[in-house]
Amino acid sequence: MLLEVKNLDISYGDKLTVANANLELDKGEILSIVGESGSGKTTIIRAIMGCLPGAGRVSAGSIIFDGKDVLKNTPQQWRDMSGKEMSMIFQDSGNMINPIRRIGVQFIDYIQTHSPATSKEEAYEMATKMLANVHLPNPDNIMNSYPFELSGGMRQRVGIAMAMTFSPKILLADEPTSALDVTTQAQIIRQIVDVRNEYHAAVIIVTHNLGVASYMSNKIMVMKGGKVAESGTREEVIGNPQHEYTKQLLRAVPVIGGKRYYE
Amino acid sequence: MSKEQVSKQPPVVLEIKNVTKKFAVDGGKFLTACDNVSLRAYEGQTLGIIGESGCGKSTLVRTLLQIHPATSGEAIFEGKDILQAKGEESRKNRCKIQMVFQDPTAAFNPKMLVKDILTEPLKNFGMIKKEEVDAKAAELLQMVELPAEFKDRYPHSMSGGQRQRLGIARALSLEPKIIVCDEATSALDVSVQEKVCDLLCRLQKEKGITYLFICHDLGLVDLMCHQVAVMYLGNVVEWLEKGRIAEHCKHPYSQALMKAVFKVDFKPGEKIQPLEGEIPSPLDLPIGCPFQSRCERCAEICRKEKPVLREVEPQHWVACHFVK
Repeated sequence: MLLEVKNLDISYGDKLTVANANLELDKGEILSIVGESGSGKTTIIRAIMGCLPGAGRVSAGSIIFDGKDVLKNTPQQWRDMSGKEMSMIFQDSGNMINPIRRIGVQFIDYIQTHSPATSKEEAYEMATKMLANVHLPNPDNIMNSYPFELSGGMRQRVGIAMAMTFSPKILLADEPTSALDVTTQAQIIRQIVDVRNEYHAAVIIVTHNLGVASYMSNKIMVMKGGKVAESGTREEVIGNPQHEYTKQLLRAVPVIGGKRYYE
Repeated sequence: MSKEQVSKQPPVVLEIKNVTKKFAVDGGKFLTACDNVSLRAYEGQTLGIIGESGCGKSTLVRTLLQIHPATSGEAIFEGKDILQAKGEESRKNRCKIQMVFQDPTAAFNPKMLVKDILTEPLKNFGMIKKEEVDAKAAELLQMVELPAEFKDRYPHSMSGGQRQRLGIARALSLEPKIIVCDEATSALDVSVQEKVCDLLCRLQKEKGITYLFICHDLGLVDLMCHQVAVMYLGNVVEWLEKGRIAEHCKHPYSQALMKAVFKVDFKPGEKIQPLEGEIPSPLDLPIGCPFQSRCERCAEICRKEKPVLREVEPQHWVACHFVK
């Protein structure tokens, strides 16, 4: 098992945000976490990545990643691990990139921070290769652009390219397509699936689009109010939902050709 | 919808004729956001407008609301061209055409109480006395299925779905004929979205409101709208006045959009086929068909001649050289 989360409780201050979450993930598997806003989806993956904001902390349970308990990591161990062994893409990668520096400068910075032995030229080479890998046209041009010059879909690809540079074992994606429209969303989701196939990485994707979850995942976890309502393989959760909330969610998804609201 | 209902088409409320909107940009160039758009909206029905970001759907409705002036064209509402309205007349028009915004967090003044937010439009038009504010706010809140106590709260203490209901209540306060919903449900979770849509449909039935419903979720548009217009690069490329988009869409772009939809009931091995590339820059529009650069069926004629909207079957218009 690559990742094992057991009886995880996460609190912000005294407030318990996530209670008793369990999940298991193997290499090459995709897990989707679905649920409404505020249900603790993002909190879980932030805990795995060791980047809970502010007063957030893991109050009970364990996160075993690749045989190691990451909760015992020192800050230096976290630094070594993030980017190389696990990495994350955000809802809008534009917010992760510094808006007043060119993509190229930051990408090279990123590579050199994680791998100090790399020369600038090598780093540039690596970066353009990664950008081309995620089907961005004209990587040299992208390296020379500011984030605002790129569209939302292109920025998201830059985010994926950066995250995959060191072939991490696990990719965490926090609503990577919520800000995009249908065609771009489809392109990005296909990209993430390709990345999984190419690097054989595990992926955890947080989304509230059940269609996306159903399309790409091996496993699905449904959350409500900080608790895991249901989790299982894609077929179990979509095909034979047990929990009332899962059924309700599935019913609420607008289906093309379904019963119209005004009828 | 049964066949009988289709034949009894309600009266046209808003007729958009050849609306073009160009923005001047640096270097004397023009960005064409809406290119000769003609559509109709019917009383008590919903006109859905879909398309990718940057296709001009928001610009179109903003032009109709006179948030910015149209370059050319007209929009006939109650026998008058509302795009030419000025001063007091245009202010009065806004009383009848209201808008619900995408981001319910940004749509309200955070320092105003809910009751003041809801009745501000009425105050602007001198339609309410101070002592009536509480009662009116409570009535509006009830209409959108929120507890009346919310009137003394601030919007930040409400959830996203509740705030979106607040946006709808504010739009309703002036009892408009038309409500423009610009991605009004995009920021909401599916379960909340369903409830908001139910509410919109109920209000439509009760009050005969016409919605202009902008959205990029094809599933939702299909379930919410009586008529559907598909826009690409400022052009309406397909317009269905009846029938379902899944069965009837003919334009290659509409079909491509259909293929990019994530269905919940995917069969194993079934693949999505997203359109490649991105929408071209509206700064220099291609000669010929706007969709040529991403269309599988693109041929010689598409690069030379721009297809016009033609009625390919009753109440169904398509702008493509290959759809007959």
